[in-house]
Amino acid sequence: MSVPRFWRKQIQRYNLIGTHCRNCNEHFYPPRNMCPTCRRDGDIESYKFTGNGEIVSFTVIRAAAEGFEHQTPYVLAIVKLDEGARLTTQIVCNDLSQIHMGMRVRPVFRKLGDGGEKGMIYYGTKFVPVKPLKHD
Amino acid sequence: MNTGIVSYGAYIPRYRIKVEEIARVWGDDADSLSSGLMVHEKSVPDIDEDAATIAVEASRAALIRGGLDAGRIGAVYTGSESHPYAVKPTSTIVAEAVGATPDLTAADFEFACKAGTAAVQACMGLVASGYIDLGLAIGADVSQGAPGDALEYTAAAGGVAFLIGSKDSEMVAVIEDTYSFSTDTPDFWRREGMPYPEHGGRFTGEPGYFKHVTKAAEGLMKKMDTYPKEYDYAVFHQPNGKFPTRVAKMLGFSREQIKPGLVVPRLGNTYSGSCLMGIAATLDQAEPGDRIFATAFGSGAGADAFSFRVTDRIEEVRNRVQTVEEMLEDPIYIDYAIYAKHKDKLKRA
Repeated sequence: MSVPRFWRKQIQRYNLIGTHCRNCNEHFYPPRNMCPTCRRDGDIESYKFTGNGEIVSFTVIRAAAEGFEHQTPYVLAIVKLDEGARLTTQIVCNDLSQIHMGMRVRPVFRKLGDGGEKGMIYYGTKFVPVKPLKHD
Repeated sequence: MNTGIVSYGAYIPRYRIKVEEIARVWGDDADSLSSGLMVHEKSVPDIDEDAATIAVEASRAALIRGGLDAGRIGAVYTGSESHPYAVKPTSTIVAEAVGATPDLTAADFEFACKAGTAAVQACMGLVASGYIDLGLAIGADVSQGAPGDALEYTAAAGGVAFLIGSKDSEMVAVIEDTYSFSTDTPDFWRREGMPYPEHGGRFTGEPGYFKHVTKAAEGLMKKMDTYPKEYDYAVFHQPNGKFPTRVAKMLGFSREQIKPGLVVPRLGNTYSGSCLMGIAATLDQAEPGDRIFATAFGSGAGADAFSFRVTDRIEEVRNRVQTVEEMLEDPIYIDYAIYAKHKDKLKRA
């Protein structure tokens, strides 16, 4: 990912900043500049999500894309935030067998990747199960 | 004007490696090392954690515990010896991630293990002078210990953030006074571009740790005309369990006074977070009116001593986020191979 491209979305990724339509009360992440339901009647404002939510669906990545090979196996999930918006995110978890649909999660600040040893480090939000998992 | 800790937050990664596991790899005597160092296990960062992510988690915990608006923060200073970048501040990452930008000053501090308390002192000055409302002082590290080196048994990961302010009604602990003692002492160093630090071995104890900690501690007590018995608790930089235990005895503090803050046997040395972690663990247990004496040490070398008086507010805010004790519970133990992967000592082809 290019440095400027990441930087433009940095605030959203650090702090789960999306948008909210005052007219229909729908929340959007990533942020939308226009409400797809209300169209020109929409009234969009910036909105910071609490970050609390639940896993709607997930998959375990065992053959990762370039730059993520050292993290396998890891969980990629669709998380529904309590305000209603859904996002695709990594779930930080030591015991993959405990992950399930409906599991409550909360946000954590982690490294998302980097541009190699000399490149930028990209930070952002991942999620962890709200209750610590059982482990060995 | 009074200054004090308005809130505090700590962060400890969940992974641990036991001293006996590291000793197994290098053929050392685990029992002798563990009892000699008074360290049984140390924290290890997750594969996607570094000093910046730890600093952010600790700072967010501090803001939640204090119920404070990040927009009030006028300075962010992060102390670490493992800043992710050689050039590009950790503190701007933290400031952005806690929502404190852009109306603030920010810089990174480096002074071996006492960069966090140096940040506290800088914030005290800015707050006391009225230049800023709140200062965020952080000590966070993913400490480096070369494979097979003595430091590998203790070099751990963790961080603590203190919000420093001047409103009496907001303080959880008043900073009664501070005093520092610094000299040019070559006990520990890391050259630019080198992955692991070097140290002077047994030389480092007396002219480094013990000289500076005792001089700073005695200097503060002389300045304030206080004595060890007037304090309920004491915290000393804890590179291992042996050093703070011995220096406490040398200064006239009891084992009971240092007990709540002595987290190193189950945590290891979190470097810039070490003394601050001891203070946080002590605040987690302290009662209103208690007095806490603390001295941080950084190689190179210097020591910062502080005297705190805990306020009634501690009981209101203490349990809003996880305590240090809660973060030490329920660890995930890993073997040396996974530890090496987490610490980037193993590179994938």
